[in-house]
Amino acid sequence: MARVEKAATADTEEIRTLQQLLSSKEIVISCGSGGVGKTTTAAALAAMAAAHLGGKVLVLTVDPARRLANALGLERFGNVETRVDDSAFTDAGVEARGELWAAMLDTKQSWDDLVQRHAPDAKTRDAILGNSIYANISGRFVQSHDYIAMERLYEIHTSGRYDLIVVDTPPTRNAIDFLDAPDRMGEFFSSRLLRWLTAPAKNRVLSMASKPFYRVADSILGSQFLEDIAEFFGLFQTMAPGFVERADAVTRTLSDRRTSFIVVSTLEAAPVREAEYFIEELEARKLHLGAVVLNKVLPSYLRRTATTGVARRLISQADEVAADVAPGVGDPDDVAAVLREVGESFLNYQVVANREQEQRAELARTPDVVATVPYFDHDIADLAGLLRLGDAIWR
Amino acid sequence: MALDLLDRRLLFVTGKGGVGKSTVTAGLALLAAERGKRTLVCEVDAKGGLAGFFESSATGFDPTEVQPNLFAMAMDTEASLKEYLSLQLKLPLVARIGPLARTFDFVANAAPGVKEILTVGKLAWEVVEEHYDIVVVDAVASGHIVGQLAAPKGINELVSVGLVRNQTSWMLDVLEDPAKTGVVIVAAPEEMPVNETIELSARLRAETDVDLAAVIVNRVLPELFGRGEEELFESLREPDRVAALGAAVDGDVGPILDAAELAVTLRRTRAGHLAALREGLEGTDLLYLPEVFARSTGLRFTRRVAEALDEELG
Repeated sequence: MARVEKAATADTEEIRTLQQLLSSKEIVISCGSGGVGKTTTAAALAAMAAAHLGGKVLVLTVDPARRLANALGLERFGNVETRVDDSAFTDAGVEARGELWAAMLDTKQSWDDLVQRHAPDAKTRDAILGNSIYANISGRFVQSHDYIAMERLYEIHTSGRYDLIVVDTPPTRNAIDFLDAPDRMGEFFSSRLLRWLTAPAKNRVLSMASKPFYRVADSILGSQFLEDIAEFFGLFQTMAPGFVERADAVTRTLSDRRTSFIVVSTLEAAPVREAEYFIEELEARKLHLGAVVLNKVLPSYLRRTATTGVARRLISQADEVAADVAPGVGDPDDVAAVLREVGESFLNYQVVANREQEQRAELARTPDVVATVPYFDHDIADLAGLLRLGDAIWR
Repeated sequence: MALDLLDRRLLFVTGKGGVGKSTVTAGLALLAAERGKRTLVCEVDAKGGLAGFFESSATGFDPTEVQPNLFAMAMDTEASLKEYLSLQLKLPLVARIGPLARTFDFVANAAPGVKEILTVGKLAWEVVEEHYDIVVVDAVASGHIVGQLAAPKGINELVSVGLVRNQTSWMLDVLEDPAKTGVVIVAAPEEMPVNETIELSARLRAETDVDLAAVIVNRVLPELFGRGEEELFESLREPDRVAALGAAVDGDVGPILDAAELAVTLRRTRAGHLAALREGLEGTDLLYLPEVFARSTGLRFTRRVAEALDEELG
């Protein structure tokens, strides 16, 4: 497959649009708090890139809405990468220059794959996969979900199968967790806790007596659980070198210049606060903030101050105005009621639009690219909808 | 309402991210306090957003009074563990444990149910001890609430843990008594939140014995036009009438008419989702919280939410 050459962007060259950003990166990670449209935004950008930039583009989603998943041809389970049919683009009235692929993250499956890859031998592998604690832990421990998302991304990126990968991130309790996940993984494998857990039982008992923490751990968790967990980690530790090495590689990939982060938000107070926090954290980690995408933004005409007076006059003079325009429309009283309603509705929406604008100003240190997506009449559930959203933020 | 929401002792408020879970939590807590109940509001998913609704300083594990009768705290499983150890186990070690943070975090994550027990346990404890008339919890999002509420009951057989096993029966007495505990799901009139609400209500029934007290639909838009008014509006949109309106009020009415169009469209889209929600939730109390057209989301906003809830609860 002929790889599409990335436009070489020097750091000094300014990126002003999402189109430019996506044409110069290999990995774009969409993040933000829950319910702000991260998944849809990621899918829309991937669709735009496939349609207009060419090459092979993959959107890696976490938990798409069912209709969107169907639109992308995604199954509910499994780490299968599926190609979105060209006919879907044709139906949406677009001739795609490249290919759009989609995949969903199956956490359990990804962990199993990882164990398969790193286990020193078949015996250890089977022991881990069959371990009852593994099932519980593979879903929870050390932000395993966030870690595995990054791990999977790394896996796909190094395979070189795609020119661009757009990643949707899990709505983590702490939006930044997944950036730390690889580091934490490495940290865990070199921790005293793990050493203690995997030490021979006799030594554990000795240190139990001497260390308050372990006595507490014992009274909370019970010796049996500590035994079980020790056995499990004994097995798991055989994979440590591979794991730690991988974790480092994943971290390097995230901070690579070819990787960029897009922070998605609505203009509600809580998501904006999350977005701000995220922007700061990216900066602290020297990661590339490519753009802020603001979803469901009310139209700017709602903020016109000149219209405020007009709306007020429409309300206060509704009866006189209605008398003027009622002929041929309807009963003057009814018309006056409508005029008052639309005037008041405008003022209500203006309050919200101004509140949103305030929130927008809060996003103080914004990147070069800030794209706003208007309210759409309908939920986005097909490729045409994704491309419509994409058009709104592309240039 | 079969049972007044605020007559319960413990309310877990959950919902999909972005629907306004914290808004509803804050409104319910303020309303309870204003009705004279000694109220504790607790933020579990500690992003520190709750303080903004009361314009108070950041909350910690120790409750602070943010409004008359209303105390706010943030859940911290580590602090909860320490409190538990000193209260229940009478462990003199607690002071010497030092910062457990990362290590504890890991062990708690690895041991099924420990974190959940420490969270739910702390809240149930406040109820049992009758420190408050009502505890309102800004709980984890809909994806995780079932796991949290089911923890005391279905503690994984993996762990024959002292803490967990000996502690569950009194918690269950609180959690599984509908007169004491209820779950409130916050929904928004949009596709994903509606689907998640319907799925969650089924899961709560299937996997826990905790009562679903109510579903509160946030941000419901008012019907702009009454009967026949929409036709009038349509004819007012004709160019010559727009010009006449503009001349009469001395200004451009275009944006005002566009805004009305937008309001009608948004309302219509949301109405479809509301219908789907009603259909998918038979036998559950539905409360509607209108869109609050407020300048900011501080205490005044929270008051308006509380007022709207007051009207809905009757």
